[in-house]
Amino acid sequence: MKESKLSILTKGIIKENPVLVLVLGTCPTLAVTTQASNAIGMGIAFTFVLICSNIVISLLRNIIPDKVRIPCYITVIAGFVTIIELVMEAYAYSLYEALGIYLSLIVVNCIILGRAEMFANKNKPFASFLDAVGMGIGFTLTLLVMASIREILGSGTWFGMEIPVLKDNNISLMTMAPGGFFVFACLMALVNRITKHRNKRITEYGCDTCPSAASCGKTSCEGCTSAAGEAEKAAVQEGGAVK
Amino acid sequence: MSFKALIVILLSGVLVNNYVLRQFLGICPFLGVSKELKNATGMSIAVIFVMVLATAVTWPIQMLLLTPNGLGYLQTVVFILVIAALVQLVEIVLKRFIPALYRALGVYLPLITTNCAVLAVTIANIDKSYTFVESIFNALGSGIGFMLAMVLFAGVRGHIEASDPPESFKGLPIVLVAASILSLSFFGFNGVVENLFG
Repeated sequence: MKESKLSILTKGIIKENPVLVLVLGTCPTLAVTTQASNAIGMGIAFTFVLICSNIVISLLRNIIPDKVRIPCYITVIAGFVTIIELVMEAYAYSLYEALGIYLSLIVVNCIILGRAEMFANKNKPFASFLDAVGMGIGFTLTLLVMASIREILGSGTWFGMEIPVLKDNNISLMTMAPGGFFVFACLMALVNRITKHRNKRITEYGCDTCPSAASCGKTSCEGCTSAAGEAEKAAVQEGGAVK
Repeated sequence: MSFKALIVILLSGVLVNNYVLRQFLGICPFLGVSKELKNATGMSIAVIFVMVLATAVTWPIQMLLLTPNGLGYLQTVVFILVIAALVQLVEIVLKRFIPALYRALGVYLPLITTNCAVLAVTIANIDKSYTFVESIFNALGSGIGFMLAMVLFAGVRGHIEASDPPESFKGLPIVLVAASILSLSFFGFNGVVENLFG
């Protein structure tokens, strides 16, 4: 697997955008994007955890026994999540309050576990670091775009600054749950429209990049409509079990 | 702590604070496993089971072990490991003693470790400083709410598969639009529980 350093860094931003293309980590994406500032906070916390866990897991890749690797990854990730939680509680309390439970839930974020499984345990620390930076930027940018749309339309503000006309004509539904689903759907459709590589996805990434490959046992990749996605593994596994 | 309070916690979990449609937790299985009603129900029952069990184990750990010893900061690490171990244990026990139930739930169990709804319930119970009984009811309510959303959405998805959306919206985007409408319908439950029992 020879990839140039630059492509490792940039692929996370568009081509393998973790949220819109790989459809991982949807929960925080939908939940914290009510305000642009929350999105940036979540993005930074997420990127920090991803970079640290990717480097550590990459360094430990020859030490961690294959059978218990998932619990090991989770422990490493949970450790870094705790660090960022404590740091945020101390220095950015309002952000800590706003992100609430979703900060702790970075632990079970499929993107981080997915990157550990797909990339960090096969690559050297520096490549893993670049991969994490790329993925982190991709995640943060997506969050920022989504949060901007929802905040501008829903509250008529952006980073807390009021926007003259929209402030009085806000669609408050946008900041609520249905708006989240809707904006996410529109963004994903837009990416489909631009890239049009939906159909290529399955063959291009296959099961190797699927974070669920370990538990699904690659029983039936045909049933896998999206190569990634925590949940899809359920569908695949079910398909395998039925067979 | 009255019985009424418990019912309010239970019903808020199911309807008003529905984990999937109002709080965006457990979206991954919601989108992935809701294609067929059978799978949706199987997954939901497994989730309810693990949620209640995880709460029953993590609540005493937090209250009796972590808090008195000033180890509150270990919450995230301990909870996720407990859940992971618990799921594994449940799988082994079911396989050995209740094979029928294992066959029904077995395939869903490994997926639950990374289901953020389970971790969220256990942490939320501590954050809201519920008592043990209230925590169990909250877990049960959240689990049933998850099931309600899954089962409803499985029905909706049957119709989506048969529809013909614009090219770019094919696949997940149109499913998300449907989820948005379903979530909108849950706004109808706002205040229902409080008015009913308040």
